Amino acid sequence: MRDGRRARVGRCRGGWRRAMGRPALLLLALCAAGARGLYFHIGETEKRCFIEEIPDETMVIGNYRTQMWDKQKEVFLPSTPGLGMHVEVKDPEGKVVLSRQYGSEGRFTFTSHTPGDHQICLHSNSTRMALFAGGRLRVHLDIQVGEHANNYPEIAARDKLTELQLRARQLLDQVEQIQKEQDYQRYREERFRLTSESTNQRVLWWSIAQTVILILTGIWQMRHLKSFFEAKKLV
Amino acid sequence: VPGPGGASEITFELPDNAKQCFYEDITQGTKCTLEFQVITGGHYDVDCRLEDPDGNVLYKEMKKQYDSFTFTASKNGTYKFCFSNEFSTFTHKTVYFDFQVGEDPPLFPSENRVSALTQMESACVSIHEALKSVIDYQTHFRLREAQGRSRAEDLNTRVAYWSVGEALILLVVSIGQVFLLKSFFSDKRTTTTRV
Repeated sequence: MRDGRRARVGRCRGGWRRAMGRPALLLLALCAAGARGLYFHIGETEKRCFIEEIPDETMVIGNYRTQMWDKQKEVFLPSTPGLGMHVEVKDPEGKVVLSRQYGSEGRFTFTSHTPGDHQICLHSNSTRMALFAGGRLRVHLDIQVGEHANNYPEIAARDKLTELQLRARQLLDQVEQIQKEQDYQRYREERFRLTSESTNQRVLWWSIAQTVILILTGIWQMRHLKSFFEAKKLV
Repeated sequence: VPGPGGASEITFELPDNAKQCFYEDITQGTKCTLEFQVITGGHYDVDCRLEDPDGNVLYKEMKKQYDSFTFTASKNGTYKFCFSNEFSTFTHKTVYFDFQVGEDPPLFPSENRVSALTQMESACVSIHEALKSVIDYQTHFRLREAQGRSRAEDLNTRVAYWSVGEALILLVVSIGQVFLLKSFFSDKRTTTTRV
């Protein structure tokens, strides 16, 4: 939706240079902690899945960082070796696109080849389970999709672009993303239309079938009962 | 002074009777926006709760389908927001949220502009902002369409099962009626002679 953040310590330092005073110390503390951003807690065997609905040929970059809860100090340790996360990505058809083990800090990338819901699942896979027993794991996660996954300072340095050229490049990337999303929307609308037409057909044919069954069983009932009563000499 | 900002957009599955919380460290004075939408599941509603570092509830809504909440961080610390599906017994929900903290980071890391932007650069900036809102609208449209499509697919399967079920029930009841009626007249001859 809005321009994303890329989890880079370098950019964090830039922010520190700008701020002065006490907020700077907090920022420094946050920056020292590494990638700023959203985090959540995950249990030992818990698996957390996230869904990204994306058009095809879109790149997705995910960055995560894990911290372990230290029971004695009652605080989250900055980084613990031996912690690992297993990342599994499935495409809309359920086929596994990426299934890899990463360390306590990792970065995974994949490009979609079919449009639709891609599922990114994370679960902890620690080599030293004793450390983790009964504890919680804090996972910082940042997922950037499409145009937000581009690293503009890097592109500027690599292609030697001026400021204006870089801005134009960013606008071009944004427009490309809009075009891809619109193509995806056309594909989704077609699926929706097929589903609605299928429902329409089903309602039509099954209503006719049920009416026919009703009439036929009615006729059968009358004939059967008539012959039954005639046999019983009641009619 | 608020630090570099950013946004986190996440779609996750919330199982029944579950609650999932997310946290973010925010500096004082940062303007933040939390926007969420339920995409699939049940009545498409979820409970949402946003708390500041001291535990004061800044936002609390029950069974909401979509909402957007903007606030300015009054103190430094960890802000927590939770989505709860505890009122639901067996429907999983898929929830999308977008948590925007502060302003987006500038394009150039060593941004320390003293001079004003040239006309070309200002034009680029305004086009960028306009395109951002186009992408934003596209996302909202995609989520609403996903909702509609999920309901249509549910309807499709339900129509199939119910139609087959009804046809079978119709057959069974019709045949059963006849045999039940026959059984009334079979044994008790004494009750049939009344005219």
